[in-house]
Amino acid sequence: MAVEVISWLFVGIGSLFLLIGAIGLLRLGDIFARIHAAGLIDTMGLGFLILGMCFYSGFTLVTAKLIIIGIFMFFASPVSTHALSKAALDGNIKPEVDEDQRPDKRRLGAEE
Amino acid sequence: MFRSIFLAVVLFLLWLVLSGIYTPILISFGVLSAIIVAWIAYRMDVADHEGFPIQLSWKAVSYWPWLIVEIIKSNIAVAGLILGSRENIKPILIRIPANQKTELGQVTYANSITLTPGTVSIAVGENMIDVHSLSKAAAEDLKQGVMHDKVCRLEDLNYPLPKTK
Repeated sequence: MAVEVISWLFVGIGSLFLLIGAIGLLRLGDIFARIHAAGLIDTMGLGFLILGMCFYSGFTLVTAKLIIIGIFMFFASPVSTHALSKAALDGNIKPEVDEDQRPDKRRLGAEE
Repeated sequence: MFRSIFLAVVLFLLWLVLSGIYTPILISFGVLSAIIVAWIAYRMDVADHEGFPIQLSWKAVSYWPWLIVEIIKSNIAVAGLILGSRENIKPILIRIPANQKTELGQVTYANSITLTPGTVSIAVGENMIDVHSLSKAAAEDLKQGVMHDKVCRLEDLNYPLPKTK
């Protein structure tokens, strides 16, 4: 019983962050700002959902698979996020920022 | 070579977890496919210190809990920004140094920046990272360099990397 309460609590927190991330995707300004909202979904949202499901399924093979999914997302999501923002930069989308503290506008790592 | 053997063992363990059906014929298929994949990786020369960084494993285990705490903290901050007034959202672009010795270290650092919501690394190169941040506070945090030093330490104690091939 207690385990079920804990698991639903975690699933609830995860769902809340999914919702906030979705609101952020709609509310924030340009693509670079919206990426942050997506980041909310695949860190806290996904993390807490997986944690909740782990508690729900107990010490079974399912839990081991859930943890593997979590570890995979831990490595895959920042890479895909970076690919997305780099693609946006390469597509000449200018970030809408209040302040640009870069010393110059050249693109790091760009192949001439 | 050692790395490839270790890779085969890890792949087979992964196969065991994902399979769930343990009959002799299926397990022998698992052994066979793990060995073939490890052999292909060895031939392709991708089972090296970048493709399969086991030299980081223990350091990484001590780094991850700290990173997860940071992720949770910044998640709450970004959730507040999203739900709060539009006035508070002041995106900012900064360029920060990434003095890790290996490319693997720089990737780890850039990934850690991206994983903490509120900051996304948008370009990496020349020992520097361009970071897009949703608020000035997150950018200032990053400039303090706590995460940078931690990632440096992550690889420093294992440097120089052992040549296993």
